[in-house]
Formats: sequence, C-alpha cells, structure tokens
Amino acid sequence: MINISLEHYLILSVILFSIGLYGVLAKRNAIVILMSIEIMLNAVNIAMVAFSRYIVPLLLTGQVFAIFIMVVAAAEAAVGLAIIIAIYRSRETIDVTEINLMKW
Amino acid sequence: MGLEIAFWILAIVGIAAALAVVLLRDVFRAALCLILCFLAVAGIFITLSADFLAAVQVLIYVGAISILIILGIMLTREVQRGSPSNRLRIPAFIVAIFFLGVVAFIMINTQWPVAGIPPQEPTTSALGVRLFGEGGFILPLEIVPVLLLAAILGAIVLVREK
Repeated sequence: MINISLEHYLILSVILFSIGLYGVLAKRNAIVILMSIEIMLNAVNIAMVAFSRYIVPLLLTGQVFAIFIMVVAAAEAAVGLAIIIAIYRSRETIDVTEINLMKW
Repeated sequence: MGLEIAFWILAIVGIAAALAVVLLRDVFRAALCLILCFLAVAGIFITLSADFLAAVQVLIYVGAISILIILGIMLTREVQRGSPSNRLRIPAFIVAIFFLGVVAFIMINTQWPVAGIPPQEPTTSALGVRLFGEGGFILPLEIVPVLLLAAILGAIVLVREK
C-alpha cells in the first residue's frame, strides 16, 4: 500500500467536483442541482484542507478558507431553498427546464 | 498504515455516495446519500488532521444543511416525479469527464512545494489565534455575520406568505 500524498487528496477532490458538475448540468430537479452544488463546495474544501496540511502545515490558511466557504455554503443553501419554495408556490413545479420566465 | 486504509475506505464511500446523489431517481434517497457523502468528507478531514473542521462539517452539513434539503424536498412534493435528466445528459457527461481529465493531468504534473513537517494537532486553538490574532482575518470575520444575517432575512422574505 502506497503512502497517501497531496495528489491523492487532490484527485479525490477533482473527482467529487466533476460528479457535482455533472449533476448541476444534467439534472432537472432544482433541489438535486442544489445538492450537487453542495458536493462541489465540499470537494473544494477537501482541496483547501489538503493544501493547508501538506504545503503550509503551520499557517492553517487553507482551513480558515474552508471555514469561510462553509459559511457561504450555508447562506447559499438557505437562500437557494427559499427561492425554490417561492418558485414552487407560484408555478407548481421545480423542474428547471419548465422555469423559463427569464429566457429570451 | 491505518491512515491509508481509512483514506481509501472514506474516498470510495464518498465517491460512491456522490455518484448515487446524481444517479438515483428517488430524490429522498439522493438526499440520504448526500448525508453519507458529507460524513465521508468529515472523515477525510480527520485523516488530514483537521479535527475542528471535521466537527464543524458534521454540525453544519450533516446537521443543518441536510435538514434544510430534506425540508425542501418535503415542501415541494416532487418525489413522485423523481430526478430525471434533461436533454443535455451526454454533453454534460462529456464536459465533466473532460474537466476531470484536464485538472487531474495538471495536478499530477505539477511539482507541489510540499513541506516535510508534520501537521499540528489539535487545531482548534491554533485556528482561533489565526482568525483573531495579529495579522489575522478580523475584517472577513466581521463581514461574514452580516452575510449570514442578510441571507437569513432574505430567506424569510422570500418564503413569507403574501
């Protein structure tokens, strides 16, 4: 079994990010899109903490960034779900292919 | 040795759970798999010796955001229709694979300036000093509560009954 290095964590992070990217681009349910965005933010957090652990272990800058990303993710989830519920109330659907009021 | 085994198990569980989130048709099961993915990421943080972040991950993501998402699923009653893919499924798959290939190639071929020193543990007090201490992050830390307050007020305004 080989030693775990920085590259392992970065590859894990980019795999999770790609899965989230696929979910955001290919899904129709707005809540599933929001869940995919959360996966992408988690992937970025893994990369940040891995950089912090391997490159500047004594400064912890990456972990500070991860904390701020978590705060923004929480705010984004709250506002995003509020928007989805408001859309559902007025249009009875959360299918993003049918929400085309602002499409030109 | 134990760290390697933990990393591989957590990585496989996390990737499988994330794949289940985007592939399952049942939205509620996808949300449960999302919780599993968050827990795997918390374990990954522990293997990176970021203990405070692992606890925060469990508290915020597993505790709060997953509850919000499940509440959103319950309030929108889209469970019967599931989570089908749209017409862009194949192009989205190609874009994701292309992104994965390019970024993985760059990451493997870059010479990272890895420092050979072991990480410091526990990180909680060190993080507090880093955030609040001299030359720290006082200004962002003061802006973040304003952002949270604005987000909470915005959410309340958006979902309020007219």
